[in-house]
Order: sequence, then structure tokens, then C-alpha cells
Amino acid sequence: MHKVYHGIERIAGNVITVQATGVGYRELAQVSSRQGTSLAQVIRLEGGRVDLQVFAGGRGIATDAEIRFLGHTMQVPFSQSLLGRVFNGSGQARDKGPRISENLIDIGGPSVNPAKRIIPRHMVRTGIPMIDVFNTLVESQKLPIFSVAGEPYNPLLARIALQAEVDVIILGGMGLKHDDYLYFRDLLEENGALSRSVLFIHTASDPVVECLLVPDIALAVAERFALQNQRVLVLLTDMTNFADAMKEVAITMEQIPSNRGYPGDLYSQLAARYEKAVDFDTAGSITILAVTTMPGDDVTHPVPDNTGYITEGQFYLRNGRIEPFGSLSRLKQLVNDKTREDHRTIMNTMIQLYASYMETLEKQSMGFRMSPWDSKLLKYGQRFENELMDLKVNIPLEQALDLCWQILADSFDPAETGIASKLTHRFWPNH
Amino acid sequence: MNEKSGTIIGVSGNLLTVEFTKAVVQNEVAYAVTGSRRLKSEVIRIRGTYADLQVFEDTTGLREGDRVEFTGELLAVELGPGLLTQIFDGLQNPLPQLAEQCGFFLQRGVYLDALPRDRSWAFTPTAVAGDRVTAGETLGTVPEGIFQHRIMVPFKLKGALTVERIVGPGDYTVGEPIATLRDADDEPVQVTLMQRWPVKIPIRAYAERLRPSEPLVTKVRIVDTFYPVARGGTYCIPGPFGAGKTVLQQITSRYADVDIVIIAACGERAGEVVETLREFPQLTDPRTGKSLMERTLIICNTSSMPVAAREASVYTAVTIAEYYRQMGLNVLLLADSTSRWAQALREMSGRLEEIPGEEAFPAYLESVIAAFYERGGIVRLKDGSLGSVTIGGTVSPAGGNFEEPVTQSTLKVVGAFHGLSRERSDQRRFPAIDPLDSWSQYPGVVSADQVSFAREMLHAGNDVKQMMKVVGEEGTSIDDFVVFLKSEYLDAVYLQQDAYHDVDGASSAERQRYVFDRIHRMLRCKMSFDDKDGARRFFQRLTQTTRDWNRLEQQSTEFRQIEQQIEQMLAEVSDYA
Repeated sequence: MHKVYHGIERIAGNVITVQATGVGYRELAQVSSRQGTSLAQVIRLEGGRVDLQVFAGGRGIATDAEIRFLGHTMQVPFSQSLLGRVFNGSGQARDKGPRISENLIDIGGPSVNPAKRIIPRHMVRTGIPMIDVFNTLVESQKLPIFSVAGEPYNPLLARIALQAEVDVIILGGMGLKHDDYLYFRDLLEENGALSRSVLFIHTASDPVVECLLVPDIALAVAERFALQNQRVLVLLTDMTNFADAMKEVAITMEQIPSNRGYPGDLYSQLAARYEKAVDFDTAGSITILAVTTMPGDDVTHPVPDNTGYITEGQFYLRNGRIEPFGSLSRLKQLVNDKTREDHRTIMNTMIQLYASYMETLEKQSMGFRMSPWDSKLLKYGQRFENELMDLKVNIPLEQALDLCWQILADSFDPAETGIASKLTHRFWPNH
Repeated sequence: MNEKSGTIIGVSGNLLTVEFTKAVVQNEVAYAVTGSRRLKSEVIRIRGTYADLQVFEDTTGLREGDRVEFTGELLAVELGPGLLTQIFDGLQNPLPQLAEQCGFFLQRGVYLDALPRDRSWAFTPTAVAGDRVTAGETLGTVPEGIFQHRIMVPFKLKGALTVERIVGPGDYTVGEPIATLRDADDEPVQVTLMQRWPVKIPIRAYAERLRPSEPLVTKVRIVDTFYPVARGGTYCIPGPFGAGKTVLQQITSRYADVDIVIIAACGERAGEVVETLREFPQLTDPRTGKSLMERTLIICNTSSMPVAAREASVYTAVTIAEYYRQMGLNVLLLADSTSRWAQALREMSGRLEEIPGEEAFPAYLESVIAAFYERGGIVRLKDGSLGSVTIGGTVSPAGGNFEEPVTQSTLKVVGAFHGLSRERSDQRRFPAIDPLDSWSQYPGVVSADQVSFAREMLHAGNDVKQMMKVVGEEGTSIDDFVVFLKSEYLDAVYLQQDAYHDVDGASSAERQRYVFDRIHRMLRCKMSFDDKDGARRFFQRLTQTTRDWNRLEQQSTEFRQIEQQIEQMLAEVSDYA
């Protein structure tokens, strides 16, 4: 039934070319060579020639290798038995559990009809004031964590995952260090969360093409859980590795690069993944938190730049703290009017004053005399950093808001904050 | 079968190479057949007996040898009653109906009628048999929501025609003939409530194009007062991500003083469209008292939907805008974001292996952008009434750097530039339109002299601020320091606006004139202070009071009280008090 071909015309990088007919675009094939067997996917058809991307890479493939077309596109099994399991980038078990092959579903499916989405309305409480107060995370949000290598982004991701109230956690690791993979697995296990998690892990030593599949597999599975009325949190780390894998393939395919070697469709490719975040009308939801490392701490690098345009905000992780500037949750306005009346005002005022504090710091570092106002700002800024920005702080939102008022009252007169008199009358401590 | 067809010989992404035998038309629509599905595509290049087609859908599963059917028609939209309140994708498929048919996910190859075929409309003829008419002239009207929807002589007809027969008042569906016309060759032409028009060709069935001169009030102070938009004008909002482009457009779509708003969500987040389409039906339009949705139409091709349809979506939107303009209405088209559309062009250009221009954008980018914005404008129709299409496009420059090709090509053709700045949004100064860099060529709602004085104040204040970074506060004279404080005050109480506040969020033109006149006087006022701290404290108090003032209804007694309070505060420090 399946067509079998021998005789590869061209091998370049991970892409092989074979003469074949009746092959569908994006169809899957099995390539058997002395090195073993690998899956491959059709990525171009041209005048009787078929270009295939080999998941295990081109190394060791012989020109007489056997290519068997399977007649379908990439699929993964889906069932409740996925929970607690670890798989690799092509969906094979990475742990010692049994092979699952029931109920295969297509990956990279069509996008959700916007008419079937609803406006997100549930806050995700994290206990981190820089998130809860200033950039509230919302169920079904897609949000990257921008950071440079070496920052504790994986622990932050793990902490949010453990504290957030969700039904299923799906971790997609791309180019993950093996240590980091074990860190996630062990942490989930210790906290009893592994039984509601599915891990799709591509480590740095695995074939690069498998990295490309991780987000699609993870999100296809997430989508199924969400359709079963589950609230799913998808963690992706690190999307820059995914983009780099895409760049590698595009260059091999001799595509014209657009910006720093990345393919012209980088935006569309990233968007196709991030847009899987959804709050379904009459079903569950998918929230996506993704790490995007910024080469050279450069936010204008194509990967963070395109990501920022796609996602609903971003958390900047710098020097072990979530930066108040640049960090943004676009959906916060949907939920922070229902938390507490002073939430929005506190959020804006604290940041505006913190911006003035930064200016004062600059003045101070240039050796200018500090006015009484400057001294007040300095006092304020330091307390803000120590008592709110520190990632070790773990307090509920209401307590964090009270703390903000306390810091304001200890540092300023009500008029100096620019807060509307109505609110200061109610919330200003010792009033 | 006498249909023209071809055979697929190559597939790369959403680009097909097709071998054909009979003549094909550049930009005609074709369907690639896979199994029972027919995927809509467009011819974009022809070389010898090979045509390159961009497919508006995912191409997974297409094989070499699959059939392609050519239609001979350019990509067109349906125009007629029933467009308003709808939510279409880039190819004018109604999304709610698609959801009914296909469920949660968009299925490829499913195309539905844009206009409901079974709904009937109460038609009232205005033309009578024997009338001489030309394209775009009115034959009758049907009520569509709050508007009288004009049924016009199809735009494609040439020369003068005679009305041979026209139906009497009654209910008709969009497919039923309502009139028969005779053209110059005495051939009969049937007219229905609906007509089709190719999206990439501007509708030109009007008497003349005029110069945009009347301000379009958006109720955003920094826009209306400082960088106004005109009815029939064009403007662009470039800005880095997170600077508030989309929020600004959402506010504009709510408060803008126009008849119809068309939102083209082109390659952006689906969530933002959802906010509009779930919230607008609940909001009341202050002008009509009806639901905001009744004047709104959404074209939505979000970032994960097929790329080629993204390009089509802006043309679909502008064509529908022009159609309503033909009825003497003022239409505002908001395109978010034109960069995504440009990127769609880049993706196709790359697949076609064209020689790339700057940042791999195709060389024709500039002319394509110019042609799009030129479809905005105010026109005098054949019956003497005026209609306008105002186009506002956001631009998402890579890295927030305005020197990139899309921003630069756009700036050449628009009449106003609202540049958003990362610095202002980081400081939570919203709307984050940069008051120093932005510009507008259109007249505003307040006196030009007052505005230019305020702008000078902003520049002077910024100069002092920069200087203070070098010489410090102690090295700055008290006069300069007051200039700085005044400019910061203007920024805080007038340029910044709380979009989420009922009163402050929308400021009418009349209120802007009133408030700006007071603020202008304050800026002109000579003030004396003992020291800088005293000055700073004064302005902090003044800022807080003025912000309270901004939050009060203009008719309320509190508004007067606070106004007096501000006058008093001013009297205490002014030199000649």
C-alpha cells in the first residue's frame, strides 16, 4: 500500500531530495538507513522532486536508503494516559513507560475561529507582587518571559506552574539542558504535580529538527485537553531555540533570509503557535508561558521583537527581578477592575514614582545635589525594590496592595503621589 | 466541461506552481482541488505555461498532479445590505456562520455567502422607469440598522443607462432583480440589491475628490488638539510593541465622530478582535443611542490565519468602506497592523524568489502601500452629497525603529503621524503618542495659535529637562525650572488621558476647546516662587486638582467648583495678582 522509494538525489543538512510521485505536501515518510530509522516530513514538492526534512538529521543517511511514504501528516497519540509521562520531540516515550499509540491526532491543526473565543476573565494568582499587582496574568493569556541566559527563568516558570490553579500542565522543552529537564521533572514530582503534567522534551543534544516539532505536539495535546473542559497551562522553554532551528532549516532550503538570517515568515510561524492560547466558548482554556532568551540582552533581536508583537505582553527578567518597565500584561485591564478598587491606581502610581526614582538615581550618580523631593524618591525606590520586586516575596494580591499603600505613606504626602483624593481618603494609612 | 483547468507541479508553503494550457488572467481566482475540498487561490505570476498561485489556505496534502480550476474572475467582494454588524475573515466569509457549520476550528475550503441570501429587505424605489442613470447613482433604498442603505447602479457599468423597469416598494432578497436597465448598446442589465466588486480596484463612481479639511473628532485630546485627523484623511500610528497602538485604535473605534467604523484586524492577535466583537454589542453609541455594533464591521484575519488572506483582508475592508462612502456616509477604516500585511507580501515575494529590497521586503512595497492609503479621501457624489473614507493604519516596526521600510513608505503618503514611544509607555504616560516627534497636516479643533504656543512650551520644557541632566537642578535657573514644570503639567493633565475612565476617556471637541483655553492661560501666566521646591509642590498640587477636574462631567457643579479652585491657586502665585 505504502509507496517505497530508493535512491536519494541530494542530501543537504537535514534535508534529503528524492524523485517520487503522488506525494502530499507535509506528508510523513519513514527513512531507513544503516544508521537506523527516522521519520521525515515533506517540505517542498517541485517538478517530481520531493524535499524531505529528516527528524533525526541527515548524518549517516545513504543515497540508497529506503523511503516509505506513510500517507498521513505528523500525528501524536492523545489520551488520559499521557499524564505523568515524558516524551521526546517526535512523540516517542523518553521515560520507561509503555508506548502509547491509541487515538492519533494531527498536530499543527487549523486556528480557532475568533467567533468561538471569549474574553478572558479569570486572573491567575501567582503570589508574585510584580505579576499580581503590576502585570496580572490572565487565564488564556500568551506571555513570554524575556531574559538573558543565566537568569532564573526556568525556576520562575516552574514556580508559576506550581502555584497557578490549573488542571493540566504541559511542558515543551526545546534545546533544554539535560539538567534543566531533570530539574523540572523532579520539581513537578516532589510537589505532586507530575501526575497532572505531560512533558515533551527536546534536549540540546537531540536532533535539531525534533526541536521544531515540540511546540506543535505540546499545543495539539493541550488543545485536546482544553476541549475536554480542562484549564491547561503550557510552558515552552526556550522559544529562541525553536526560532534558531527554523533558521537552520530555512537556510538549508536556500530561502531568502529577512532579518539576521531568520526566514521572512518568522512572525507567522511564531504566531501560529502562540495563537493556540485560547479561552473556548463553552470549553476549557490554554494559557501559554514561554521563555524567550534574548541574545545579548537585545530586545530588538528578531525573536523577542516578533514575539512581543504576537504575545499579550511580556515579563522582563533582569538581574533576578521582573523589571517594572517593559514588562506588560495586556490583559490585566480585563481582570484588575474586579480585584480591588485601588488596584489600577496603585499599579500606575507606583510605577510612575518608580520611574521618577530612576531619574533621581541617574542624577545622584552624576553627583548632583539631592533635593528633599529626591531624598523622598530614593527612600521610596529602595523600599519598592526590596519589598516588592524581590522574586522571593510570596504574598497574595490584597496584602501586596496594602504594602504598596504603606510604602507610599511612609515616603510621601498624599498630594505628592497624584492619586485622586477620593482614593487617598479611603486607603491612605493612618488617615 | 468548458472550465479552464491546470495541474499542480510544485508546492512550497502556500505557493503552488501550476501548468496550464488555455489562457489565464493575472490575479484571477482559482481553486486547487484536493479530495472533496476546493482551496481558494490567486494567480500572482505567470511564466510560460506555468502559473504561480498563492493559496489562501493551508496547503497540507496537496499533491503533484492535483487539479486546479481557474474562474477567470478577480478576487471580489459582495456589496449590499447586511454587511454591517458582521464579522468576516479576509475573504469575506462570515465567521459566526462558519463556527455554526464547522465548530471551534476554521476548516479550509469552506466558503460561505457574505450576505444572507434568505433575508429580505424593505426596498423603496427612488428612480422611475425612463430615468437616465450612471454607475453609482441611487435606484432606491433599504433600511439597514440606523442607515438608509442606497441601492446603486452597479459601479462596473459604463456610460449612461436607462431605467427600463423598476419594482415597486416591497420586500426583496439580495438575489432578486429589482430593476432592469438598458445600456448604450441597448442590452438589458439586471440589477439586484447586491453587486460584486474586485477588491484591488478603487471604486470611482463619484463626481469629484475633495481636499480633506474638516477635523474628525476622536475625543483623544492629544490627537484632536495637537495632531488632528481630517475626515477623508489618512494617518498612521507606528510604535514598538506594548506602546498602546491597539488600545488607541480601540478607543478611536468607540468614540470617533463618523457614521461607520470598519476594523481590519490584519495579522494581529485574535484576543483583541474578540474584545471588540464581544463588547461592542453591549456598548451604546453616544451619537445614536443604539448599540455600537450597528455601525461597526469587522474584517478579521488574525496572525494564525492563512497569510495570503491577510493581504486580501485590507483590500476587502477598504472596498467595503468605499461602498458605504458611496451612500454619503463618513467611514473610518482602522487597519491593525499594516506591517503584517507588508510581511505577508514579503513572505510571498520570498517564495517567488524575487530580488529582495531593503530588509527583504519586495521593491514594490512602497507603491503598494501608497495605493492603499490613496483609497482614503472625501468625495462629492453624483447627487452632490459628501462621503468620506478615513484610513488609520498602525505600523509595527521591527525593533521599534522607525527607519524601517514599512514606516518610511507609510510616512510618505499619510497626512498625520502619531508616533508612539517606548519611553512614554514605560512611564505609563498614555496615550504614548510622542508630542515632540508627531505631526499632522490637518486643522485641529482648537485655535492654532494656542496649540503652537503649547508645542513651543513642550519643546522648551524638554530642552530644560535635557539640560538639567547635565547641569543638575541646582545649575538651572528658577525661570527655566518653571518652564520645565509647566511643560510637565501640560503633559500630565492634557496630553495624558485615562482611557478607562468614563469621563476622562472621551473628551468632546467643545470640552477640549474650553479646557485647553484655561490651560493655555495658565501656561502663559507669569509665576513667581521662592524656591524650586515650592514651585514643584505647587505644580504637584495643581496637577492633582486638574486631574480631578478632568474626571468630572462638564455640566456638574463640582466642575465649576474645581475650576474656581484652580483659578485661586493660580492667583496665589501669579505675578500680577
